[in-house]
Amino acid sequence: MTGKPRRAAATGTRGQGEGAAASGKPRRVVVTSPRTAAAPRPRHPLTREIDEQTRLGEVYMGSLVRTQFRLALFVCSLLACVVGGLPLLFLLAPELRAAELLGLPLPWVVLAGLIYPALVGGAWLYVRQAERNERDFADLVERR
Amino acid sequence: MGSAGENGAPVNQIVAVVLVMLATVLIGAFGIRVSRTTSDFYVASRTVSPLWNASAIGGEYLSAASFLGVAGLILTFGADMLWLPVGWTGGYLVLLVLVSAPLRRSGAYTLPDFAEARLESMAVRRLSSVLVVLIGWLYLMPQFQSAGLVFRTITGAPPWTGSLLVAAVVATNVLSGGMRSITFVQAFQYWLKLTALAVPLVFMLMAWWSDGRPGLAPGDEWVLPLHGQEHPVYETYSLILATFLGTMGLPHVLVRFYTNPDGRAARRTTLVVLTLLGAFYLMPAVYGYLGHVYGMPQSDTVVIALPGRLVGGPVGEFLTALVTAGAFAAFLSTSSGLTVSVAGVIAQDILRGGVRAFRVATVLAVLVPFALAGVARSLPVATVVGLAFAVAASSFCPLLVLGIWWRRLTTAGAMAGLLAGGGLACTAVVITIIGGPHSGWEGSLLAEPAAWTVPVSFTVMVVVSLLTPSRVPRGVARTMVRLHTPETLNVDRGDWRPRFM
Repeated sequence: MTGKPRRAAATGTRGQGEGAAASGKPRRVVVTSPRTAAAPRPRHPLTREIDEQTRLGEVYMGSLVRTQFRLALFVCSLLACVVGGLPLLFLLAPELRAAELLGLPLPWVVLAGLIYPALVGGAWLYVRQAERNERDFADLVERR
Repeated sequence: MGSAGENGAPVNQIVAVVLVMLATVLIGAFGIRVSRTTSDFYVASRTVSPLWNASAIGGEYLSAASFLGVAGLILTFGADMLWLPVGWTGGYLVLLVLVSAPLRRSGAYTLPDFAEARLESMAVRRLSSVLVVLIGWLYLMPQFQSAGLVFRTITGAPPWTGSLLVAAVVATNVLSGGMRSITFVQAFQYWLKLTALAVPLVFMLMAWWSDGRPGLAPGDEWVLPLHGQEHPVYETYSLILATFLGTMGLPHVLVRFYTNPDGRAARRTTLVVLTLLGAFYLMPAVYGYLGHVYGMPQSDTVVIALPGRLVGGPVGEFLTALVTAGAFAAFLSTSSGLTVSVAGVIAQDILRGGVRAFRVATVLAVLVPFALAGVARSLPVATVVGLAFAVAASSFCPLLVLGIWWRRLTTAGAMAGLLAGGGLACTAVVITIIGGPHSGWEGSLLAEPAAWTVPVSFTVMVVVSLLTPSRVPRGVARTMVRLHTPETLNVDRGDWRPRFM
């Protein structure tokens, strides 16, 4: 996202330096550009860092795997709470076992009905977020 | 009690069975023209679209256990068995978030392929092959058994005739068409099974409504969860663990992921599968419920017998024929998928490879479970399939999850974990099937082993891996790139390819 402005800033500082040299007067020249404006461009694209398994490449790969794993772990924990919690709920609150919803036994309404759309909904949200993570990673790596 | 005694109904049912078998063979034959090379033969050249692919996964996955077994177990044991279809659906959510995209990106076609690609070890590959064959046979055996049971209900013929019929059609189909024809057959089977359960259900609910909507007797304990078994809390949790984690380790499911073009498509396919399965599994519970209300005998054939009991006359006969067709679709589809996977592994890892070895392997893959079906103690189909899930959950689930997400998994760790988890679960299964029924705690621990074998397997895999840090595979960094980077990026993913014989 910030690739282009940075390059412009870098050429800008170089231009100033050349102008100073041409006028012949020894002037103070800022050799290092401000860190925020002109971070040095990587010599080769990040995909090569990944291919050559450099430290940087490994850091990027590690971050992708960690992001995706955190997302997976979040979904699994949520699932474990719902699925693991229901029998516990029935165990600790026995009156729920016989409760009714719309004339049907509550455990049946949940286990034979409502839980299925919930699973599909969870899967849909996961797919959306996982694809977003991958797009972000691709943007990061292919940034020029 | 079924429709065997009623006049006319058996003829309809036999016609339905013959039609399903003919359709299966014909659609299979239609697919042959498309499959030419070895790669086509196995994985349909990856030209299968997502909805077809998802229907095919659904068709392959919904076995006799789902079509007949779930309703039978719900009728027998009540509300606790509702967890079975929930787990069989939810397993795909776990598979989606932990396995689907990386597995597709690994390029592995079978579980042994994945083991080899990730751990770079032939020993782990061979052990995985043995486990795939064992799980496949354990899954095939009850399919053949219940085919025999249903066939006996229709015709009164001895059970082995039905088993033989299904085994023969499956073997013919797999031998002639390979995966491509199987993909068409499977997709067709999903929609057939859905229709075969849904249409009779509509008629039955209408009949139930006009009967004045009979309900359960007040105070009927059957409807309550945590009831009916000896150790209901342990067994419920063990069942949940086995089904949610076992799905990813089923050999015939994983093969399907290879037919997706990329990891993103694999995820989307899984989402569609989850939707299709959710729609299907809404129905068996209603069958079980109606079966209890109308006092049907507790067995796997309740799905077949119920429409005739509720809806009489020619409509009832037609509906009975339709469910019977659905049941045979279930036998054929799951058995075909399993046979392809088991035969593929036998041909590749035990025989020399090549299309001819695949043919020999197909015969072996069908013959052994057919023989076992005649010998083994007859348990409810969904119970035996549940045991296959438990073995998968305690062997391949840790291998896949740790293999995909944990760099420090070592060859030694994977071997030890597979041996410990898979070995213990298989032992429990053999004791349950041959020696059972056992009672008390020991019976519950053996009948639902997942709650202890899964943690054992994970622990052994992690601990042994940490103790043998020198045996981390050399190419693990490259493999991680391969498993996790989206295909749009141009990176080096290594040159490992699955061996197509």
